Amino acid sequence: MTHYHNDESDIAIKVQGLAKKFGAVQAVASVDFEVNAGELFGFLGPNGAGKTTTINMLTGLARPDAGKIHIGGIDCTQRPRGAQHLIGVVPDESNLYPELSGFDNLCFCAALYGLDKSERQARARELLDTFDLANAAERKFGGYSKGMKRRLTIAAGIIHRPKILFLDEPTSGIDVASARHMRQLIGDLHKSGTTIFLTTHYIDEAERLCDRIAFIMSGRIVRVDSVANLIQPIRQKHVMQIAFENGQGELTGELSEAFPGLNFICHQPGLIQVEGKEPVRVGPLVRFLEDRGAEVSEARKIRPSLEDVFVQITGVGADMMRKEKEKTGGNQ
Amino acid sequence: MKCWIAFWNIVVKDFRTYYLKPPNISWGLIFPLAWTGMFFIKSGRGLESISAILPGVIALSILFGTTSLLAVTVTFEKKNRSFERLLLAPIPLELLMLAKTSGAILFGMFNAFVPVFMAAFLVNLTDVNWFVFVPAVFLISVASTFLGLFIAVAVNEVFEAQTFSNFFRFPMIFLCGLFFPISALPFFLKPLAYALPLTYGADMLHGAIHGGNVLSLSVDLTILAVFCVGLFVACLRNIQRRWIA
Repeated sequence: MTHYHNDESDIAIKVQGLAKKFGAVQAVASVDFEVNAGELFGFLGPNGAGKTTTINMLTGLARPDAGKIHIGGIDCTQRPRGAQHLIGVVPDESNLYPELSGFDNLCFCAALYGLDKSERQARARELLDTFDLANAAERKFGGYSKGMKRRLTIAAGIIHRPKILFLDEPTSGIDVASARHMRQLIGDLHKSGTTIFLTTHYIDEAERLCDRIAFIMSGRIVRVDSVANLIQPIRQKHVMQIAFENGQGELTGELSEAFPGLNFICHQPGLIQVEGKEPVRVGPLVRFLEDRGAEVSEARKIRPSLEDVFVQITGVGADMMRKEKEKTGGNQ
Repeated sequence: MKCWIAFWNIVVKDFRTYYLKPPNISWGLIFPLAWTGMFFIKSGRGLESISAILPGVIALSILFGTTSLLAVTVTFEKKNRSFERLLLAPIPLELLMLAKTSGAILFGMFNAFVPVFMAAFLVNLTDVNWFVFVPAVFLISVASTFLGLFIAVAVNEVFEAQTFSNFFRFPMIFLCGLFFPISALPFFLKPLAYALPLTYGADMLHGAIHGGNVLSLSVDLTILAVFCVGLFVACLRNIQRRWIA
């Protein structure tokens, strides 16, 4: 379902020079990107990078100060609500009606898109089955668990079969099993041809799901590329992690001097990451460390991932990003 | 057609979620009852005073009922972000806000008929001009609801909506000719009285119930309708400015 470099009619979302300022803060500055029809496009960045502001502008919940937005070929700068029928939005917080049951919430959301009674009831039942919520259909949404709320919120976002779906942090704050189920559902939606614009704090999730990814930092897009192209340069590196106890002195400096072909990074005391262009030979490194009083407990090869690319491009640690999100509500 | 499906379902949902809840129904009954009792006892003139105080009680019941509920429900939905669902729906903003306010307008009209129902047992209401009374009740409900919406859009928290509502509501009790004639107000307050929509609604009700209107009914009707349109346009502009900024 993924298409690259197609003509205008195959472009689901086109953004040119998008900018938004809140007082003195430039939230989004001259953002450009395109999302192809049927593509799963990831939008990654730390808190405050401009992700939500960009989504709000794309979905008509905020007005851009400058720039152009085309959704499904409709100029949303001229007609800000012109593409509402084409899009579905799943916000980062589950925002359905706590007083209504799961079934009634879905029927109500379907009614907002003009589905008639029999059609919306059938679609609600279908989605309750798909999202494994049929047994909780008559329970009030307010009494659902976080995972159930998230699933119903996604169901509500696709109740009208949108061509383009905006998913803001779909797995934030839910347990591992629910998150896995959610990723499977997102994958199925993608396979069915829905264009998906996904923001997430979980970089491994983006790596697993997305066709292409844009990194946004301080309101600017710093890189847009396919996951394969982003990872390729870093995959050519050989990386090893060595854990030890009782190391004395400035070991990374000494290691760099002793092994000039290798790069040493100390992420935390007792843990050194070794990077090289050739496969890293672990024996000499272990002997070197043990000669200096360190007791090596583990040495393992690391497969470089999108997380490393993200850290390299943005300078923000992925752990830091996860913690930021947990502070603001997510707890996966 | 699709827009009207959305419109109707928003109204039905609001009734189910807010207006038909037992606390709100009891508010709709107890509040007019309390106002009627209070002014009836205060007048000290017996049953004949009921038709004189009825317009004021009706207007206040509508004003407090609509502004309280709408300011709370819209602020609550904005706060928990479920209002975003409505803003994302493919229906014109004007129609969306009319749907969102229709429940409160009907609730206000229901509030208006509670004191009428009670008065029907105590005094003769056969002289009431219902052709003036019903449009007056409708327009007061619309104007009060849009005032509630104006307040809801201006604040962020539910408690702010309540306190801000009182800023408008309590002066209206004394300035709009509900219980004290405008002619009895000090000269410097009279212009203020005529700048408030409830003045015209109360005048229409006085005219409909005991023929005591000061302005002509067509003038009342026109000015009240202009207030309704003006408040709605102001609300839409504020929503665009504050919520879709």
